[in-house]
Amino acid sequence: MAEVAPGTRPVLRMTGIGKRFGTVQALSEVDFRLLPGEIHALLGENGAGKSTLIKALTGVYDLDTGSVELDGTPVRVSNPHQAQRMGISTVYQEVNLCPNLTVAENIFLGRELTGPGGVIRWRKTRRVAAELLARFGLTLDVGARLGSYPLAVQQLVAIARAVEYRADGSATDRDGGSATKVLILDEPTSSLDRDEVRVLFSVMRRLRDEGVAIVFVSHFLDQIYEICDRMTILRNGRLVGEYRVADLDRVGLVRLMIGKELGGLEALAETDRPPVGDPVLRAEALGRRGGIAPFDLELHASEVVGLAGLLGSGRTELARLLFGADAGDSGRLAIAGEPVVLRGPHTAIARGVAFCSENRRAEGIIPDLTVRENIILAMQAARGWLRPVPRDRVDDLVARFIAALDIRPADPELRAGALSGGNQQKILLARWLITQPRLLILDEPTRGIDVGAKAEIQKLVAALAADGLAVLYISAELEEVLRLSRTIGVLRDRSLVARLDNGAEVTEEHIMRTIASGAHR
Amino acid sequence: MNAPTTVAAAPATATTPRLRRVLHDRRLPVAATALLFLMMYGYGSYRYSFDAQVGPNLLVNNCYLVIAAVGVTFVILAGGIDLSVGSVIGFSGMLLAKLIVAYHVPAGVAALIVLAVGTAGGALMGGMVQVYKVPPFIATLTGLFLFRGLSLVLSKEAIPVDDAGVTQLAQYHVPLGGGTFLSVGALVALVTVAVAAYVLHLTRFGRQVYAIGGSEQSALLMGLPVGRTKVGVYAVSGFCSALAGLVFVLYIQSGDPLHAIGLELDAIAAVVIGGTLLTGGAGYVVGSLLGVLVLGLIKTIISAEGTLSSWWIKIFTGVLLLAFILLQRVIGVRGTNRA
Ligand SMILES: Nc1ncnc2c1ncn2[C@@H]1O[C@H](COP(=O)(O)OP(=O)(O)OP(=O)(O)O)[C@@H](O)[C@H]1O
Ligand SMILES: [Mg+2]
Repeated sequence: MAEVAPGTRPVLRMTGIGKRFGTVQALSEVDFRLLPGEIHALLGENGAGKSTLIKALTGVYDLDTGSVELDGTPVRVSNPHQAQRMGISTVYQEVNLCPNLTVAENIFLGRELTGPGGVIRWRKTRRVAAELLARFGLTLDVGARLGSYPLAVQQLVAIARAVEYRADGSATDRDGGSATKVLILDEPTSSLDRDEVRVLFSVMRRLRDEGVAIVFVSHFLDQIYEICDRMTILRNGRLVGEYRVADLDRVGLVRLMIGKELGGLEALAETDRPPVGDPVLRAEALGRRGGIAPFDLELHASEVVGLAGLLGSGRTELARLLFGADAGDSGRLAIAGEPVVLRGPHTAIARGVAFCSENRRAEGIIPDLTVRENIILAMQAARGWLRPVPRDRVDDLVARFIAALDIRPADPELRAGALSGGNQQKILLARWLITQPRLLILDEPTRGIDVGAKAEIQKLVAALAADGLAVLYISAELEEVLRLSRTIGVLRDRSLVARLDNGAEVTEEHIMRTIASGAHR
Repeated sequence: MNAPTTVAAAPATATTPRLRRVLHDRRLPVAATALLFLMMYGYGSYRYSFDAQVGPNLLVNNCYLVIAAVGVTFVILAGGIDLSVGSVIGFSGMLLAKLIVAYHVPAGVAALIVLAVGTAGGALMGGMVQVYKVPPFIATLTGLFLFRGLSLVLSKEAIPVDDAGVTQLAQYHVPLGGGTFLSVGALVALVTVAVAAYVLHLTRFGRQVYAIGGSEQSALLMGLPVGRTKVGVYAVSGFCSALAGLVFVLYIQSGDPLHAIGLELDAIAAVVIGGTLLTGGAGYVVGSLLGVLVLGLIKTIISAEGTLSSWWIKIFTGVLLLAFILLQRVIGVRGTNRA
């Protein structure tokens, strides 16, 4: 255990926290302490209980056992509103804002800048919101609806909102609340690119220097080592320990997190056989105005093509065109040698294209269906609703994929919404893999997935490709793209600017430079 | 640390031509309702040569519905529904009449009591929704039966209100020039709309109503006082219904236990035709005013036609409702976020 310098009183101390959901003991006997002016990593595998601990602290869930002290005084937090007024500001794992309201409104909701008589001062609100976002390197139309922006932008707005809680003390004090003492960020970086992460980190450092204690959750170990001072590790809902970041190396950290040595990070099977036969998919000058400039792309069986590019470079837009989720307005597309016009995802699905969306909350998981029902969804849709898949076959398949992807808890009858974020992502993956597609488009498949499972998923993708599947792999993590792909498409400003054949000379550096310069070929 | 790079992100949708932008504008449904109203009015004037008072009369004859629709707008915006409106209106009229006639309470005091009772009734239903998680449909259905029953308990017969002050107020005309006028009730309705617009757009409470309608879960996690706001919304609706009940008494000068049966459905229809999303989170109270005026205009035109039976009013209302719900679908589908 890391020693806390004598005389430093934790700003927050949680003791003996326990929380149970039905049969799942999500947390038991967890202690957690947070010092003023530190950035504290909360670590653990998917389903370890990180988000639950945060929600228990901020009053989303009631505690079964345990107590919370804030600044040395015992407190009972019964809802997020109260938490915020006590100075605990939180960005939860899934972006939780109101898409129907404008960006500026979302930032100031609940603490609007008001003038005499409680009248909201809209002009000022918009101005301050724009200034605030500028600090995050964002220039947005703050009067536009939040829902019209991509997920990463929404994520940044959510962070800006949480941070703002202290930035404008005047707005908080009138409400009787206090300025933020504790800032909690649950996987804030999962949908961000490096540049945004850099900006976020600089904001976090500034806050830390101002004495705010920050809890940071992330599955990116690099980020943990870059920004955090101390860490608390959870495993299966129990406390493993509390360490100074400097005292524990990565191997040790991963071992503590997963409880065993991590295999699977060794190099993946090489897949550099030259592509044979007709491409599974060929796009010629395919494009969509306002989405992505016309591009050429070929995907062969047994080939993984990676797409790299910054946020907003058109990665997702490209994928959506290939899947028919958006209609192209120029160019041609052929799947398995046959020219097709995609009139919607169903035409693509019928031809063996599967698309695993990056936006799992809006387009993916149906929280009220069970894990089994969620997994079977795409397969059933492909067969048509009149021909149900036989139940024993379903059970068999579902069990296989739960095991293959290590979905936890391994209970097909649980509500999907009750699973941790990372496990929901695995369900989505299973949903598409089960349809046995010819071409699998994966948009950020490992977002929010822990180190162990990430390696598993990468291995799985490589194995699927070796079995003949064509894969389009989109990821903000260059390392991952590099490791998996035979060919890498580089996107910039909504056009495909380069295609690199993966080889020894292609490095992250190289890709970054290509993105920056946008050189052709 | 380098200077932060700027990520200039345009809304995913603003990149496409102007038409798309218009389709995304939240005010589009209200504009459509306004246009519809003008067209119908133009048609009516041309075909039946409306006199100048027809316009003001739309408001005079439907002032209670406007007020009720304002309350329902709050509830629907927050993602709920209120079915108790008609019963609360009927009950309020009865309570007012009973207080004045049987207990000789001064009309002003009686009115205040009625407003307080209506607000409390609304808050009670809100409490059921919030605290006991009773679905709004059920909670307000309870209210529907309860208040109708209570009106009958007060009296089985209509109670005429022959208070001199009330009569004076009822007959008072606010001249608009050109021989046209508004009634006191119509004026009250306009003020109600103005106050509601102010509350919805310029106060915290108002924004929270929209936030909850957009996503209650998010609103909760954003640390908004969701419980308070939800109860508040039903209280507002209760208040508006009571006020509508008072205005109704002014309009017909009696309380009747069977008044305003089914009026909640007219109010909901007006709100929807006014462009408010039934699932909550989007809409304008001015739209609800327009919605009531459109409904009133249908009645006026059909009775001016003379040969059509009054069932056509219902049929047109139904068709309009369908059209507006479809319009919402179209806008809703286009407006959905994409990552
Ligand atoms: N609302 C809920 N109902 C039932 N079970 C739940 C609920 N929320 C979480 N759980 C369970 O509690 C455990 C801990 O989940 P939690 O979301 O805290 O994990 P996590 O550490 O945040 O994981 P991740 O890295 O994937 O986000 C999981 O087993 C999960 O299935
Ligand atoms: Mg989590």
